[in-house]
Amino acid sequence: MSAAGTDIAVTAKARQAVGGRERAIIATFVLLALAPIAAQAGPQGYIIDLITRMMIFAIAALSLDLILGYGAMVSFGHAAFIGLGAYAVGILASHGVTDFVVQLAAALAAAAVFAFVTGALSLRTKGVYFIMITLAFSQMLFFFGVSLSAYGGDDGLSLPERSRLFGLPLFSSDKGLFYATLACLIGCYLLCRAIVASRFGRVLRGARENPVRMTAIGFSPYRFQLVAYVISGMMAALAGALLANQTGFVSPAYMSWQRSGELLAMTIFGGVGTLVGPIIGAMAFLALEEWLAGLTEHWKMIFGPLLVCVVLFARGGIMGLAARIGGKRDG
Amino acid sequence: MSLTLFLVQTLNGLQFGILLFLIAAGLTLVFGVMDFINLAHGVQYMVGAYLAAWFTALTGDFFLGLLLALPTALLFGLLLEWLVFRHLYGRDHLDQVLATFGVILFLNEAVKVAWGSSPLSVPIPDAFSGSVRMMDGLLYPVWRLVVIGSGFAIAIGLALLVSRTRLGMLVRAGAVNAPMVSALGVDIGRLFMIVFGFGAMLAGFAGAMVAPILSVEPGMGDNILILAFVVIVIGGIGSIRGAFAAALLVGLVDTLGRSFGPQMLRLMLDPSAASQTGRALAPMLIYILMAAVLIVRPAGLFPAQR
Amino acid sequence: MKNAKSGAGIAGGAIAALAFAAALAAPAAAQEKLKIGVILTLSGPAANLGEQARDAINLAVKNLGGKVGGVDTEVVTVDDELKPDVSVTKVKALLERDKVDFVIGPIFSNVLQAIHKPVTDSSAILISPNAGPSSYAGKMCSPNFFVTSYQNDQVHAILGKYAQDKGYKRVYLMTPNYQAGKDSMAGFKSQYKGEVVEESYVPLNTMDFSAELAKIAAAKPDAVFTFMPGGPGVNLVKQYRQAGLQNIPFLSAFTVDESTLPAQQDAAVGMYGGANWAPNFDNALSKKFVADFEAATGKVPGTYAIQAYDAISLIDSAVKATGGKVSDKKAIEAAMKKADFKSLRGSFAFNNNNYPIQDLYLVQVAKRPDGKFQTEIREKIFTADKDPYAKDCAMK
Repeated sequence: MSAAGTDIAVTAKARQAVGGRERAIIATFVLLALAPIAAQAGPQGYIIDLITRMMIFAIAALSLDLILGYGAMVSFGHAAFIGLGAYAVGILASHGVTDFVVQLAAALAAAAVFAFVTGALSLRTKGVYFIMITLAFSQMLFFFGVSLSAYGGDDGLSLPERSRLFGLPLFSSDKGLFYATLACLIGCYLLCRAIVASRFGRVLRGARENPVRMTAIGFSPYRFQLVAYVISGMMAALAGALLANQTGFVSPAYMSWQRSGELLAMTIFGGVGTLVGPIIGAMAFLALEEWLAGLTEHWKMIFGPLLVCVVLFARGGIMGLAARIGGKRDG
Repeated sequence: MSLTLFLVQTLNGLQFGILLFLIAAGLTLVFGVMDFINLAHGVQYMVGAYLAAWFTALTGDFFLGLLLALPTALLFGLLLEWLVFRHLYGRDHLDQVLATFGVILFLNEAVKVAWGSSPLSVPIPDAFSGSVRMMDGLLYPVWRLVVIGSGFAIAIGLALLVSRTRLGMLVRAGAVNAPMVSALGVDIGRLFMIVFGFGAMLAGFAGAMVAPILSVEPGMGDNILILAFVVIVIGGIGSIRGAFAAALLVGLVDTLGRSFGPQMLRLMLDPSAASQTGRALAPMLIYILMAAVLIVRPAGLFPAQR
Repeated sequence: MKNAKSGAGIAGGAIAALAFAAALAAPAAAQEKLKIGVILTLSGPAANLGEQARDAINLAVKNLGGKVGGVDTEVVTVDDELKPDVSVTKVKALLERDKVDFVIGPIFSNVLQAIHKPVTDSSAILISPNAGPSSYAGKMCSPNFFVTSYQNDQVHAILGKYAQDKGYKRVYLMTPNYQAGKDSMAGFKSQYKGEVVEESYVPLNTMDFSAELAKIAAAKPDAVFTFMPGGPGVNLVKQYRQAGLQNIPFLSAFTVDESTLPAQQDAAVGMYGGANWAPNFDNALSKKFVADFEAATGKVPGTYAIQAYDAISLIDSAVKATGGKVSDKKAIEAAMKKADFKSLRGSFAFNNNNYPIQDLYLVQVAKRPDGKFQTEIREKIFTADKDPYAKDCAMK
């Protein structure tokens, strides 16, 4: 067998893909940073708002990719963390605590605790059972939100004002929130990249590919997976805290299972296990939604088959497709 | 709480369970045999209900409508299989999730375009429109008995089919080791097609049977899909027996918890706290049940032998 | 290697382009026009409510010859998908991309909670054709927010008053387990002073009501009051009838109406609801509207439709009163407050909080000679009714 040869080819290809990804993500970030300036030509507030929303979901999809693409933990309850982050902001703001640092600390702490407890229990299961147990926990949180009548229950809760940063109303302008979100997105991306490249990340991937071997050489995958799950949950909570600010509103709808499903779809759409893919996937997903919905009321009849086509004809999502286009021209 | 009411509620719980089983049966079969996550099972159930409503309205007879709806649902399932699903066997679960999610979006909108967004109505067939008296002031529609009966029939039929027939043997073998079955000269693609078509027909049958009791509307399959997944996961994926037991368990826990939970809590807490807690807990019950089962038995109650 | 990069780069660039295309996909606006943004739930199971409102708005604009208030009018309709966060982006698109003067919407109060602030902070005027939560009726009332439907409590109070007048001693209450359900029971109890046998909260999206029906049969109440909108309402009504409980009067809010009757059909006949209007309302304007609406859509209009129709009539009257000067929002608001338009439900005025003062009726489901189903007015319960929150509103 020419296993060694294939291995080298695969590595070269992988390296090539990684290089392409780097380019793509830098281009994306630069384009995003310039977007508000370009937007001046059009309905600025709306464009900035839309792109802010796209970036927020990009953060959430990125956090999902960390556990999905590298730890093979398919969470069908990731929206719960978005909800936790959003509610931390909403509840604190309704009590007059508007400082984003405090709100974010509460959001991250809540997400960490929830992720730790549910993760510790969920990781006892594998595969589809893991998918469903994460769903179960997020549904519990969803119904808890619905029954939270002090904070609007099902109707949700309006924020009296956007968060302040050290007393400054940085988020009150759409641009301020935009750049803060962009900074968070870049920060999260760099963090994820560092995690993936670290020893921790290698163990995580090893645990996915060969848990028996990892255990044999003395690593307990369980602990690594749990830590990754907690980090991922906290990152999604950050997205939730930003989402609460972007919409000025918090509701249990942020935690519904449909929302978790959409997050999965965004991540797969972009390309699992690439970090860059989910960022682009989430943004493309929302941009397509917005564009198609403007064309026809029955836009889902176009959007649905489009997703099917991505799966059938573009293995590995957008990133897979991009790599293949590049590869073909190479060959 | 009277004993009669308790018995009636237990029966209600069981019949809700059967209803769930009817919907979950096709899902667990496709999932277990083909290792295929079919999120579109819920919309196939919806399509079945719509077809039944449509054909019933056209022919003026429910059974004629059902007779036409079943093969149509089967054909529809095979069409979907040919167009989409057969390209996804052996692919990553995630690819299946995304593709079937796309199918959901399309079909939920398509039924709206075809039949309008208002819910449709299917009357109970005349032959079964009677009812039996359950307790003072409460009637039990005969149609529900028919639904329960068909649920049992499907449970027994499926169990026999899987354990006693050659097809069932191939299905079981295919589930354990598809390449081996294929090497032995069985057309595995055709086998999967048959199983998928059968699953689609089961989903359609469930939709048609509940149409006289429930509202036929776009999106009706979405929430039921989650419940069906809960059932098959608690039961252990691929196990008909497990799905049956889990469906009854879920039905009982949900119904009894909803009916008697608040009273139980009132024994422990003051009334307002009890009603508050009861309201928060009731909808979570089945998810708590699922989490608890999976924590104790990570592969469900009746894990399929592999 | 280089090409792999460009492949991914193309993807990135395409997304950015797509985002901008989506953002800019609006036609350049001519300023003299009157622009009305409409945000309703047009997808998902609840879409038929939004469609009723949309069809009525289109009909109203058509009846005015495409000129609301005598000014060329463009209507931009968007779907809120019943997702509050999506609705915020959509409404910002209406405000900033389409530069609308009015926003009509939404159907559901959780969406209203999300879009209220963005719209009322802008110069546009928000008119809710359905959702009427208490939150914006009191302290948080706003000069550029109008409601052409009702304050939610009022509808539930109709049934409470009726149960009280009728002398029902014991009533069984049942609603979905969420905020609106809780508010509904409070609204009912504000008028009903008899014994409440049970306050039963059922999970959202309940399909099978057997357990609740058994409890009702065991409790033997004089009447049942429920608030069960949409699909669960259809299930409840069918199963209520199938369980042979129809001898217990069924009082309901938003459970039997023109949006659900096509599915409930005979099972709902005889059941009661509360409303500000019904298709058999005795008023020439209303009769013409019902005929036109049915001719255009093939559906029987419900309150969702007339409230949206009235929203357009309201804009029409205000723009006319200001001589077509759409930009003078203060004058428009003052003119709207007078409610100087012919409402399809006869008498209509705005309270100080911009919520309606109107007559409210007990309605009952009936089968029409043509085989369709509709609600019909049985008796007037309240005359010129005001909501209880208006006193907390600082506006005059």
